[in-house]
Amino acid sequence: MAESSYGLLAEFDSPEALKAAAKQARAAGYRRLDAFTPFPVEGLAQILRLPKPNISWVGLAGGVAGASVALLMQCYVNYDFPINVGGRPLYAFSAFPVVMFELTILFSALSMIAAMLWQNGLPRLNHPLFDARRFYLASKDRFFLCIADDDGRFDQTETGSFLRRAGAKSVELTAL
Amino acid sequence: MTDRSADILPADQSIGRVSDQLTGIPLHFPAGRRWLIAMVFASLLLLMFVISVIALFTRGVGIWGINIPVNWAFAIHNYVWWLGIGHAGTLISALLLLTQSEWRNSLNRFAETMTLFAVVCAGIYPVLHLGRPWYLYWMFPYPATMNVWPQFRSPLEWDIWAVLTYLTVSFAFWYTGLIPDLAAARDRATTRGWQIFFGVTSLGWRGSATHWLRWSQAYRLTAGLAVPLVVSVHSEISLLFAAGQIPGWHSTIFPPYFVLGAAFSGFAVVSIIAISLRSWFGLTNLVTDEHLDLLGTVLLATGLMTAYGYIFEIFGALYSGDPHELQTLSDRLTGAYAWTYWGAIFFNFVPLQALWWRSARRTGWSLMLISISVALGMWLERYMILVTSLYRDFLVSSWGGFTPTFWDWSTYFGTIGLFLVPFLIAIRLIPLISIFETEELLHEEQEARHG
Repeated sequence: MAESSYGLLAEFDSPEALKAAAKQARAAGYRRLDAFTPFPVEGLAQILRLPKPNISWVGLAGGVAGASVALLMQCYVNYDFPINVGGRPLYAFSAFPVVMFELTILFSALSMIAAMLWQNGLPRLNHPLFDARRFYLASKDRFFLCIADDDGRFDQTETGSFLRRAGAKSVELTAL
Repeated sequence: MTDRSADILPADQSIGRVSDQLTGIPLHFPAGRRWLIAMVFASLLLLMFVISVIALFTRGVGIWGINIPVNWAFAIHNYVWWLGIGHAGTLISALLLLTQSEWRNSLNRFAETMTLFAVVCAGIYPVLHLGRPWYLYWMFPYPATMNVWPQFRSPLEWDIWAVLTYLTVSFAFWYTGLIPDLAAARDRATTRGWQIFFGVTSLGWRGSATHWLRWSQAYRLTAGLAVPLVVSVHSEISLLFAAGQIPGWHSTIFPPYFVLGAAFSGFAVVSIIAISLRSWFGLTNLVTDEHLDLLGTVLLATGLMTAYGYIFEIFGALYSGDPHELQTLSDRLTGAYAWTYWGAIFFNFVPLQALWWRSARRTGWSLMLISISVALGMWLERYMILVTSLYRDFLVSSWGGFTPTFWDWSTYFGTIGLFLVPFLIAIRLIPLISIFETEELLHEEQEARHG
């Protein structure tokens, strides 16, 4: 292997071309694949065999945490400073659900968004791919497939010609 | 997918061109002069708001027309009105995302932006109304040296939790949806300042398939949470009224009545903004007549549901047979403030009937006029609910009246500046229509056409 690099970045002009190329790359034994698209492309995750995201479980945990915090807080506050309002119960479980509901939503939504950013490694303002010449089109109307340098079958010349055969409009070696 | 949603955007435009068009609005702002004029006007209103607040904080809430018995009036009335307007933004972007109504994609960004600033305007009102706003922090449960805690068995305490949660979640949802578009703008930016601004705010988004997968899940689930949140927030506000014993408020119809009225006024304001922005920035290729048609239909539907609330409110009063309820009902229909009741009926429901005709829905100016009428009508409705219930309650000895003072009006018009200034700044700085969702929809349409 020559100079170490981040990987080879191939450009396609439609989501279908990208998906076809990704399929071929999987079939050819490449495993360290990632795609970069201006909008979520349906079916791409299955082709690349991306693991199912677990954001929903984080959201569930956040929701349960929010509800518990709200319930415990309201009970404790009434325990610590009991006010008798016309003989109504201190632990008013008909009154507490409003704040419980709000905090369930608050904790759940914020934990999901935080988990999404955390798992995606964002914010990360710099990345080797941003040095690629045509990568700025990945947010416009071009679709990119990247085969990473650390893939077992990666070889600069051979992988490059494989991507060109798969229909890439341009192929670029990205520096690490 | 129905035929209608398949062709909501003209399919002959290229994805790249749409991206350039939308990122071009902040980067090469096309309507600088008009924006400046609007900004000067909005800043003057904001200045009036600042002056009104300074006067209020110096001299106290006595400068408003509130008194005993009408102790809520403008502050709470405008609070409910603003918050209701905000709700349509969340409903458009979250509810219609979940039902896969793709026509939302051209509207959701500015509708959500509208939500954020409308909630700010709403949230500021109870703070101003506190009388001693510097004690706002007493609403939060913190271990105070006085050993007291907030009273969680009161709807007034629920309020702050509902509004702050709503504001935070709306902001998080708005920003999450914005990240890919900020990245698109970053990649189109040519000057250093814009590159830094969008580079930082887009958090380094690069459109990786793995990222999109997690992003989509987080975005959709947050949308799923935002829908019940809207319903809960406005229901909770209606409980401020319904949980009390005041005749005209103490009714189980209030939560749905309030939520539907909120959606109604909100969709009206979304239509106003959509029509203005579309003609302002030449976006007829993205905000099409078809969009206006759908907005008009939704406006008509929510309007009729609100009308049902009116009917049932009268039925509730009659059916209860309670003398105070009946008296409040007759005060509303014929009393000193009957003009607010009949004004609300007229502005809410009479021009609205034009929307049964397709041509009225598809014409910008007619939908605009009807929407303005609805916003006005809903404002009168909130006025009516507040004042007609309070000014003559149980004890004849405490009957009174309410006349708004100069400071009532100046604060209210000031909040319009408080809404417009950040909204104008937002449309100057960020892509005001969701780029990637428009591209995705265009691609699907083109696929459907070719396949």
